[in-house]
Amino acid sequence: MRDGRTMSWRSPLALVRDALHGQRARERELRSLVSNLPYEGLGKGKLPNRFFSSNTIKTTKYSLLTFIPINLFEQFHRLANIYFVGLAILNFIPVVNAFQPEVALIPICVILALTALKDAWEDFRRYQSDRKVNNTPCSIYSRREKQFLERRWKDVQVGDFVKVVCNEIVPADLLLLCSSDPNGVCHIETANLDGETNLKQRTVVSGLCTMDRGFEPESFNSIVVCEKPNDNLNHFKCFVEKPNKEKLGAGIESLLLRGCTVRNTDHAVGFVVYAGHETKSMLNNSGSRSKRSKLERKLNIDVFFCVILLFAMCLVGSVGHYIWLESLTGSPPYLTPDSRSNSLASFHMFFTMIILLQILIPISLYLSIELVKIGQIFFIINDVDLYDEETDSRMQCRALNITEDLGQIDYIFSDKTGTLTENKMVFRRCSIMGTEFPHKENAIRLAVLDEPEAEEEIIFNHRLQSAQTGWSLEAEDVTSVDTSRHSRSKVVGMAQSDVAFSSPLETEVIPDQNLVRQISRAESSSRRGGSRRMDPYLDFFLALAICNTVVVSMATARRRRACVSSHSSQTNNPLEILSNLVKKASSFIQRKSTRIRTQSQDPVIDSVRMESTADTNGVSQSDRPAAAAAGSEDLYYEAESPDEAALVYAARAYGFVLLARTPNNVAVRLPSGQVLDFEVLDTLTFDSNRKRMSVLVRHPITKECVLYTKGADYAIMELLGTPYAEHLSENQKNIASDTQHHLDSYAKEGLRTLCIAKKVVSEDVYRSWLVNRKSALAAIDNKEELVMDTAVQMETNLTLLGATGIEDRLQESVPDTTVALREAGIHVWVLTGDKPETAVNIGYACRLLEEEDLLINMSCKNKVTCTSSLDCNLEEVRRYDEDLLNVDTMPSISLVIDGHTLTMALSPDLRDRFVDLAKRCRTVLCCRVTPLQKSEVVKLIREKLKVMTLAVGDGANDVNMIQAADVGVGISGQEGMQAVMASDFAISRFKHLKKLLLVHGHWCYTRLANMIIYFFYKNVAYVNLLFWYQFYCGFTGTAMIDYWLMIFFNLFFTSTPPIMFGIFDKDVSAEVLLGVPELYRTGQGKGEYNFLTFWISILDAFYQSLVCFFVPYWAYKDSDVDIFTFGTPMNTVSLFTILLHLSIEIKSWTVVHWIIMLGSVGLYFGVTLFYSAICVTCNPPSNPYWIFESQMGDPMFYLICTISTVVALLPRYTFHVLKNSISPSPLLQGRELDRMDPSTRDQWIREWRGFRGGGGGQVKRYQQSTPPSPTQETPVDFLPEFLNDDEIPDDDFSLNVTTHQSPVLT
Amino acid sequence: MMASSYNAKEEDGHHPGSSNHGGTGPSSSKKPDNTAFKQQRLPAWQPILTAGTVLPAFFIIGLIFIPIGIGLYVTSNNIKEFEIDYTGVEPDSPCYICAQNFSWNSTTPCICTVNFTLQQPFENNVYMYYGLSNFYQNHRRYVKSRDDKQLNGDLNNLEDPSSDCEPYRKIGGKAVAPCGAIANSLFNDTLDLSYVESNGTLNSIDLQRKGIAWWTDKHVKFKNPAGSNLSVAFQNTVMPVNWRNPVYNLDPSDPDNNGFINEDFIVWMRTAALPTFRKLYRIIPKKSGAASTLPSGSYRLKIAYNYPVLSFDGRKRMILSTISWMGGKNPFLGIAYITVGSICFFLGIVLLIINHKYGNRSSSADIPN
Repeated sequence: MRDGRTMSWRSPLALVRDALHGQRARERELRSLVSNLPYEGLGKGKLPNRFFSSNTIKTTKYSLLTFIPINLFEQFHRLANIYFVGLAILNFIPVVNAFQPEVALIPICVILALTALKDAWEDFRRYQSDRKVNNTPCSIYSRREKQFLERRWKDVQVGDFVKVVCNEIVPADLLLLCSSDPNGVCHIETANLDGETNLKQRTVVSGLCTMDRGFEPESFNSIVVCEKPNDNLNHFKCFVEKPNKEKLGAGIESLLLRGCTVRNTDHAVGFVVYAGHETKSMLNNSGSRSKRSKLERKLNIDVFFCVILLFAMCLVGSVGHYIWLESLTGSPPYLTPDSRSNSLASFHMFFTMIILLQILIPISLYLSIELVKIGQIFFIINDVDLYDEETDSRMQCRALNITEDLGQIDYIFSDKTGTLTENKMVFRRCSIMGTEFPHKENAIRLAVLDEPEAEEEIIFNHRLQSAQTGWSLEAEDVTSVDTSRHSRSKVVGMAQSDVAFSSPLETEVIPDQNLVRQISRAESSSRRGGSRRMDPYLDFFLALAICNTVVVSMATARRRRACVSSHSSQTNNPLEILSNLVKKASSFIQRKSTRIRTQSQDPVIDSVRMESTADTNGVSQSDRPAAAAAGSEDLYYEAESPDEAALVYAARAYGFVLLARTPNNVAVRLPSGQVLDFEVLDTLTFDSNRKRMSVLVRHPITKECVLYTKGADYAIMELLGTPYAEHLSENQKNIASDTQHHLDSYAKEGLRTLCIAKKVVSEDVYRSWLVNRKSALAAIDNKEELVMDTAVQMETNLTLLGATGIEDRLQESVPDTTVALREAGIHVWVLTGDKPETAVNIGYACRLLEEEDLLINMSCKNKVTCTSSLDCNLEEVRRYDEDLLNVDTMPSISLVIDGHTLTMALSPDLRDRFVDLAKRCRTVLCCRVTPLQKSEVVKLIREKLKVMTLAVGDGANDVNMIQAADVGVGISGQEGMQAVMASDFAISRFKHLKKLLLVHGHWCYTRLANMIIYFFYKNVAYVNLLFWYQFYCGFTGTAMIDYWLMIFFNLFFTSTPPIMFGIFDKDVSAEVLLGVPELYRTGQGKGEYNFLTFWISILDAFYQSLVCFFVPYWAYKDSDVDIFTFGTPMNTVSLFTILLHLSIEIKSWTVVHWIIMLGSVGLYFGVTLFYSAICVTCNPPSNPYWIFESQMGDPMFYLICTISTVVALLPRYTFHVLKNSISPSPLLQGRELDRMDPSTRDQWIREWRGFRGGGGGQVKRYQQSTPPSPTQETPVDFLPEFLNDDEIPDDDFSLNVTTHQSPVLT
Repeated sequence: MMASSYNAKEEDGHHPGSSNHGGTGPSSSKKPDNTAFKQQRLPAWQPILTAGTVLPAFFIIGLIFIPIGIGLYVTSNNIKEFEIDYTGVEPDSPCYICAQNFSWNSTTPCICTVNFTLQQPFENNVYMYYGLSNFYQNHRRYVKSRDDKQLNGDLNNLEDPSSDCEPYRKIGGKAVAPCGAIANSLFNDTLDLSYVESNGTLNSIDLQRKGIAWWTDKHVKFKNPAGSNLSVAFQNTVMPVNWRNPVYNLDPSDPDNNGFINEDFIVWMRTAALPTFRKLYRIIPKKSGAASTLPSGSYRLKIAYNYPVLSFDGRKRMILSTISWMGGKNPFLGIAYITVGSICFFLGIVLLIINHKYGNRSSSADIPN
């Protein structure tokens, strides 16, 4: 491989050839990379991998030299700036100029300079961070030194060997060749990339590194062939070709991504495949999102109107000038000789007028809007109510320019899991072999956790009384659950769960006694028989423990996270943990006993007693289930999905402890204490098409190949083969239907269901399958499909073991939030992948559905029925609507539709009918929808109804929807950061949506809307002064106001008040907005900024400018006043009118308002006086010298200013007063509420709501909202049975409309 | 230890303070500061414009404006003003011949006399104006056509005036001083006023030529070029084409009123805002002993008719006016104040009624759905 020949020089031709070669190498689909080591020390031109980008990153846009040209070039891409520059250029043409050319350049220069300054600052910050990153140390192997040397990140080249150690950040995309871990595993944390905090395993490319000698980079002589760089973080295709032509496949599981952190692994060595900008993390690094808000779209139309207005006014000027010229007789001495014809002169006058009246187009409006939005975002992210203590995270605004859209939302599309619910999974019940185990104690434990804090004091008063019973040790974890659960939302330190999914809530399960007995029986029988046959109960729990991708870590070895300081309280000392646990345990005991004392009828007593007797009597001997798990060992499970962790913890509760997991091995301890070491033959990972995952293991005792599968019920049920075992009696043959029955009842309770199945694979089948599998894994093209096909091949003919029901708890304040959103006139839709029953239940729980609602179910098999169903429902709903006109109550219609039906309803011919139906519904629940359908629904509603949509979700499956909606909100929850990355706003709890929309949305919208209207008004009012003057100067484009003052007027004197108005003004306080969500409706639809308000403000501007011009005009008519003395009072009157106009609009005056308003007036007088005093010969012809001073010494000036201002503002002021007095707007009434003291206000709101709601649904809001409890008869029971595919094979149409009128709550 | 620092009561508040829980320092927390500014809770004054709250404002405005208006109206009415048009458009007017036979080139001025009668005596200082109509001194190119630096005595600009003065910048290679269209079109009629005694003898009235320009204009803005002798200072320049006398000889009677600081010239250079305007021409000071400055009776105005206005349908007037603190006669402001004051008063009454009718409505407010 070594190439001895070296070229001393390279011809230019060779350089060109090299460059072309490099271009081709980069573009090629596959790249062949070799080790750099043989070429070490040679020039850069000799490196075989020289064509690929180095690891130096440069995210800056500009360099010192290129800043000005590039920045200017970018700025001139904006239309507004081009307009401005065009005007400035126009002004340099002598025949049309209106001002001195230099003066016209000032505004554009100021705006360009401000923008450039902002860009430069941002770029400098990027430069600094780049430099820091590029100089981060790392170890690269050097052939000369025969060891890894410390280098910088920027020195890393493709083809280098890089060593990373524990807690180090990976400098480039590395193909993992060697790891210190004996199993060839390297753990990484990808929090920097996607925010997911659970550990991920990466495995070395097998067959390259032998453990005994360690890895020797110098001996690496294979060729690495990998695909072209792409931005898919979860996908990588590559193979390593050894010198003997053997190809070893490798995928994303062997790639260490740049930016990840190495955890739990001493060191690892990788081969650099992508570096610098070609790494996956850099390719993923797209800048902040830019959307156009609805308001801005509307604004652009109005700017267009302004352009038309400008042209009209210029045309008037041009024609007027022509007429004036024509009417002249002879050549007056004031007319300088002009060779132009009258028509040419008036044509030129058109352009002069454009220059003169240019500020009619509010260019600075765009800059002002940007500033206002920065201010608004500052306040949003600083809102303490949107801060989540648990995760220590603020609200994030990722899109900077759509804040006001939050105030105009009509439809919210919400994901269910993790958005409405916690996505913290709690094992609730299970069904094994057709037998249900309700886990009542567990349910009671969870119910206890839901109790309000009332008992808290008692508990802590007694916490010092140590109660060292035998029970406490066993229940350590149970109790720690309790305390932490309570403190979860309260105490920062404790609640910051270090590991994503190990919040103690779901780590502990109180076993069902029946099941415990069942297991011990099964175990003893299997032990007695020593049989090769596993009992189904044991199998079930083995499956729970094995069939997952959970990573086990020990408490003592918990990884340190980046923000160490905030976790300093997290003790690492096991002793301390233990003592904490004991303390907590005692408090729990106390709590238990309190409950027992107070509620003697409670069945909990029995269970507790039973449990304690079981423990003390030692029925289950040394292998007491829970004790085995807790106490001596602190195992923490980290799973990619919370369900998995919940299942593993459930298995642990029954004594099936997952001890360790490596790619090739799973160790499980059985309740008997026996440790079983399963060899993992393969893992068929989860994907959303199959909806299931499987693990193929070799049983250590029976040596059979066993496939354990878990997945969605419908995904498993159709793959079932023969029932479990032939020895089972006849009546147990229909386990499947029994289980299905249990599954349905779980779903109705709102539980997430999973089916567990197994399959024993014969050795021959396995071998033949393995061949397919290997070839699929090594494939480069269609790898995923092939791999999935092999998985499908294997997952057939399964044997059903049982099913689990996992509860996903509602997030706090969700019902309250949804009710508030509903009152605010927002339609809330839920799009979920769950079963309809689950969705309906959640719908009731979070008050999306009310009991008296009309509920429409749509679940159709084919298009014909779907069509007729739609028609029928439409008919029904229309009739219902008409009925409603007579009845005063507010019943509403809700629609539940499943994914299959939705697909048909979304088809082009049906979508109109579907939309028609959906828009009449208050709530729509879409069940079993795919991510793609989610976004289709959003797009459909958005486009057909022309409404503002908001999508909120937390997982990767919501990304499509979030991107499709006008506003995408991501919840930074349990499922990583993909949703947040795609979102415009990121919140941490669903309840934050309430304040975000009702308060911040409303504020942002009204502020910005009023600010924009005011801005238009301001420019028109001021510019029209000049326009009216044209009628008295022969339309010659004379300005009676000094040019500098004119420019300063817009740039300084009146620019800050509207920005301040847009940031600070507060029409109604947050408390009232939250108390009366109906106020939100003012922003919906057309809102406050619409055609009418725009034109009214323009007309008002015309009126005011007429007053500002003609009052001074009549006052100075036929006097000896000169031009600029004439213009001075007009300028001053305009200033006062414009500022006082704003004062009428300002709703609340804080100290900031006063400072800025008075400051603007002061600035005007100060600057004008100073300028008039020093400018003796400057700025011809508008010599301002001493004019302002002489005016200020004249009483007439003050009299004119006073009367003009009063006359100009009188109509608007009177109009406001009359409107507010005679027919006050809702917002005004909100403001009046604001002035009441809080208690009166609450009283008033309550009364009003009671009056309006008539004791109906609205009143209930103020009671403790109680979601239908699973144990009670819930409204779900009144629903028709959902027709399952297998149950009704022929009838493929189900349509039911049910109403259930519940007694009115009082 | 976690429990010991935990207080359920304290935490139940809506806004928990940034208390230090479980060793989590507030510095490391991302929790926003709970300050009035950041939480948008700054104390604020929230005025609500309703009939009840603004009633006093309307009445106060009405009560203040009406007296001011009356004062202004009375003041304006007390000002005496007399105006006479001497353009000579009608054939029977005294200046008809002069107006018709005008030529810029004629060396001898055409003289015409106009007789008029003052019905009332004029007290105090009387200001004499000439008025021009349909004269667009505010034409953009006209306004621009001057060189302030030259007028300020800048020697460079004296001999090389600004290009703004084109085409009145140079004549035959020599700079025009003062350059530009404004200076070129300087008003050059001469007006003389005499009182006609009852016996027919003419009593010439003393017209003061100085004090008609702004003090700052005369002393700061306009300066003659340096040099002991004005004619020497202007020797390299030529006078504007329409002028009959060079700039250093504008006022033969007073050497200090020549050159750029000639007050008639300064007044003319302050371009008028509107096409119909008047400019101060002379001041007739109050005579110490006499009862009135201009007693009622017959007067004769002798006009050296030099300035052509018929070519652009212009008019020339002579105006005599007394002056008050509010300037010349103008009833507009007084009427405006009275009207606006009355309207405000009326609106106040309307609002009073409205307030009476709707005032107690707020408690039954209904927010529409």
